[in-house]
Amino acid sequence: MKKILCKTEDVPTKFVKFVWVAWLSVLLIVLTVLGGCSGSGTGGGVGVGGSKGAGDAGGLAANGKPKVTIDYWQYQFPAKVELMNKLIAQFQARHPHITVKQTNFPYDQFNEKVAALIPAGKGPDMINLYYGWLPKYVASGYLQPLPAQSFSVEQVEKEFFPFVSSAKLNGNYYALPTAVRTLALFYNTDLFKQAKLDPKQPPATWAELVDTAKKLTVKDTNGQFVIEGFAWQPNAQLHHWYRDALVHQAGGQDISDDRRRVLWGETEAGLEAFKYLLDFAIVHKVGINNFYTDDITAFKTGHAAMNIGGSFHLAALRKDAPNLKFAIAPVPAYKEKATQASFWANAITKNAQGAELEAAALFLEFLTSKDVQEQWVEKVGELPAKKDVALQQKYVQDEILGPFIQQLSYANAHFFVDEKLERDYFIEAVDLVLLKGVPYEEAFKQLVEKTQKLYDDYWAKQDKKK
Amino acid sequence: MNPWFSVKKQKYVFIYSCLLIPLLFFAAIRLLPMLYSFYVGFHEWDLLSSEQTLVGMDNYTALFKDDVFVQSLSNTAVYVLVGVPGQMALGLTIALLLHRIIRWRTLFRTIYFIPFVTSVVAVSWVFRWMLMPNGIVNHMLISIGVDPQLLLGSPTQAIYLVIAAMIWQGIGFQMLIFLTGLQQIPRMYVDAASIDGANAWQRFVHISLPLLRPVLVFSVIIGSIDYLQSFTQVMNMTTGGPLNSTISVVLYIYELAFKQFNLGLASAATVILFGFILLLSLLQLKLLNRKMDY
Repeated sequence: MKKILCKTEDVPTKFVKFVWVAWLSVLLIVLTVLGGCSGSGTGGGVGVGGSKGAGDAGGLAANGKPKVTIDYWQYQFPAKVELMNKLIAQFQARHPHITVKQTNFPYDQFNEKVAALIPAGKGPDMINLYYGWLPKYVASGYLQPLPAQSFSVEQVEKEFFPFVSSAKLNGNYYALPTAVRTLALFYNTDLFKQAKLDPKQPPATWAELVDTAKKLTVKDTNGQFVIEGFAWQPNAQLHHWYRDALVHQAGGQDISDDRRRVLWGETEAGLEAFKYLLDFAIVHKVGINNFYTDDITAFKTGHAAMNIGGSFHLAALRKDAPNLKFAIAPVPAYKEKATQASFWANAITKNAQGAELEAAALFLEFLTSKDVQEQWVEKVGELPAKKDVALQQKYVQDEILGPFIQQLSYANAHFFVDEKLERDYFIEAVDLVLLKGVPYEEAFKQLVEKTQKLYDDYWAKQDKKK
Repeated sequence: MNPWFSVKKQKYVFIYSCLLIPLLFFAAIRLLPMLYSFYVGFHEWDLLSSEQTLVGMDNYTALFKDDVFVQSLSNTAVYVLVGVPGQMALGLTIALLLHRIIRWRTLFRTIYFIPFVTSVVAVSWVFRWMLMPNGIVNHMLISIGVDPQLLLGSPTQAIYLVIAAMIWQGIGFQMLIFLTGLQQIPRMYVDAASIDGANAWQRFVHISLPLLRPVLVFSVIIGSIDYLQSFTQVMNMTTGGPLNSTISVVLYIYELAFKQFNLGLASAATVILFGFILLLSLLQLKLLNRKMDY
C-alpha cells in the first residue's frame, strides 16, 4: 500500500538536507538520553545523591580536616524531618568538615523505594529503619555492624533499655534508636463519665479490662454497636499486644534466647493469651474489627471508649481530634507486667567506608546523645531510648508521656524475621476462629507452626551463609 | 546525500525513523524490563542484596505449592469471570437505554462516565465506609428487616463487593464503547426489520448484537486484561483479606516483591500472569473474531 503523501519533486533538495540534519541530531540526542538512563534505574523522582559531591575531594574544612559528605535517609514524617534538619545544622556546626544530606520517602513506600534504589547502586551511608526490618536488611548484607570503638556492646546494653537488643544480630549491634515507642491503653474520659466510671481509675488488670469494656459498650435496639467498649482491630496494634504483652503477662515466653524457636505453644500461656484477645469480640462482644473502618478512627470520633495504641498516635490524635478528652494508662497486667516497645533505628550501610564511616559514627553518636533525645521528646513526642534520659522525673511525672515511660523497663520488642508475614499469620488465625468457627486450639496450633516455619527458613538461610 | 538514495526513499526512511522514537521508548520502558523479569524469574534474588543465584524452575514449583498464590489465581479467575460479563451486561443495558432517548442523553452519559474518571483510591475508600459493619449498607439492610452482614469482613461476600465497586467504576467506559458501536449500525437495517415485523428483542438479537461483534471482542479483551490485573480496589478495600479471599495475583506479586523482597518469586508470578493474559487474549481473538457473514 504505497501512498504518496506529497509530491517529492516539489521539495527543494536543500530543504530535504536541512530536515535530515535536524532530524538526525534529534535522534542522536534521544539515543544518548536513553543510553544514559538505561544504566541506572531511578526511583520515583526523589532527589538522591548517588555520587558524592565533587567538593569532597581534597578540600579542607575550617577545622583543618578533609571535607566529607554523608547521605542520611529517613521516612517522611513532618515533625521528624523538621527536627532532623535542625539537628543536622547543630551537628555540622560542631563538625564543620562534615555535610549531612537528608533524603525522605513517603512512609508507606519507604521499603519499596529504598529497596528499589539499593540494587541500582544508589543508596545512603546512614538509614533510619523500623526495627522489625533489621533482620532482613542485615541478612541481605546491606548494613554493617556499628563500629565497636564508638558503640561497644557493653556500653549499649548499659545505657539503652533491654528491648533495644532486638537490633543486636550475630552478636553485633547494627542500629540504634534515638527514640522509642510503647503501647498503652488510651481511654476516652468523657465516655468513662457517661458510663458512671471514674476516669482516675482505669482498668489495671485483664479482668478489669473486660469488665470495664462491658460497662462502656453501648448498642442500639438492633444490637448494633453505637460505642465499642474496647476497640478490636487485630491488624492494627493487637498483634503486637499479643506477642509482646499478653503472652508475657500470662507467664509465657515469646521466642527462645537464640531466637530460633517460637515458644507461645510451650506453656498454656500462649493459648490463654490468644483466647483472651479473641474473646473481646467473640464472647464479650465489646468491639469488632473495621468498626468505623479501623480502631483509630473509631477512637478519634468518640465511638470507641478504649484502645490499645502507641505513643506514636498522640500527635495525630491531637491534630485530628483536638477536643477529644482522653487519658493514658499502662497496658492492663495479669500475672506479669509487659507491653510492646518498637523503634525506628539508625543504621550504617556498607556504602560508608573510611572517612564516611567515621563521619557516620560521629553522627550516630550525636543522634543518640542525651541532648538530642530530649529535643526529640519535645518535638516528636517519642520516648527517649536511653534509660538515664527517659527515667528523669520530668518525663515520668508527665500526665501523657508518663504511662508510656513507666512501662519501658518491662517492655518487649519481638524479633521479627518477617514483619509482614508474621502479622498476616496472626490475622489469619484470628479470622479462622472469628469467621470460620475453627476451634481456638486448632487456629492457634496453625499459627505457631506457620510462624515457626518462617523462623526455620530464616535460620536455614543464615546458617548456610556461615 | 547519496545520489542513489532517491528523495522518495529518503521520505520513507524519514517516516520510519520518526516511528522509531516511540518504539525505542517502548523498548526501554516496557520490553526490556519485561524480558528482565523473565530472567529474574529463574533466580533467587533478595531485593536488598546484589546477589542473584540461578535456581532454574524452583520459583515456579514453589509458587504452585504456595496456597496463597493458588488462592490468588482462583480469585483472579472470579474477578474476570464475574467482573467482565457483569460490566459488559450492565454497560450494554445502559447504552441501549441511552441509545433510545434523545433528550438528556448527554447529561446521563456524563453522569455514568464520571465514576470512570474519579480516583480509584477515593472511590474504594468511599465504598469501604459504606460497607463497614456500621456503614450505610448494613443500616439499610436492618431497616428492611434483614440481618446485618459482614460484607467486606466476610470471606464469601467480600470478593463480590470488590467486583461491584470495580464494575461501578468501569461501567461508564463500557457504556461509551457500546454507544459508539450502536451508533455505527445503519438505521436502515433496523427499519427494514421493523417493517418485516421483528419485535424489539428480535431486532436486538438478530441485528444489533451481530453487528456489535467487533465492539464486543474489543470489550471482552480489554475487560479481561483489566480484571486480570485487579489491584487498586482490592488493595484499598480489603488488602486481600479476610483469609486471602480477595487477594488478586497482582496484589500478591506486589507483596512478594516489595513486602517480602522476594524478587525471584514475584517475577515468576509475573511471567505466569503474562502467560494467562496472552493465552486468554489469543483464545478470545480466535473465538470471537470469526469471519462474519450476513
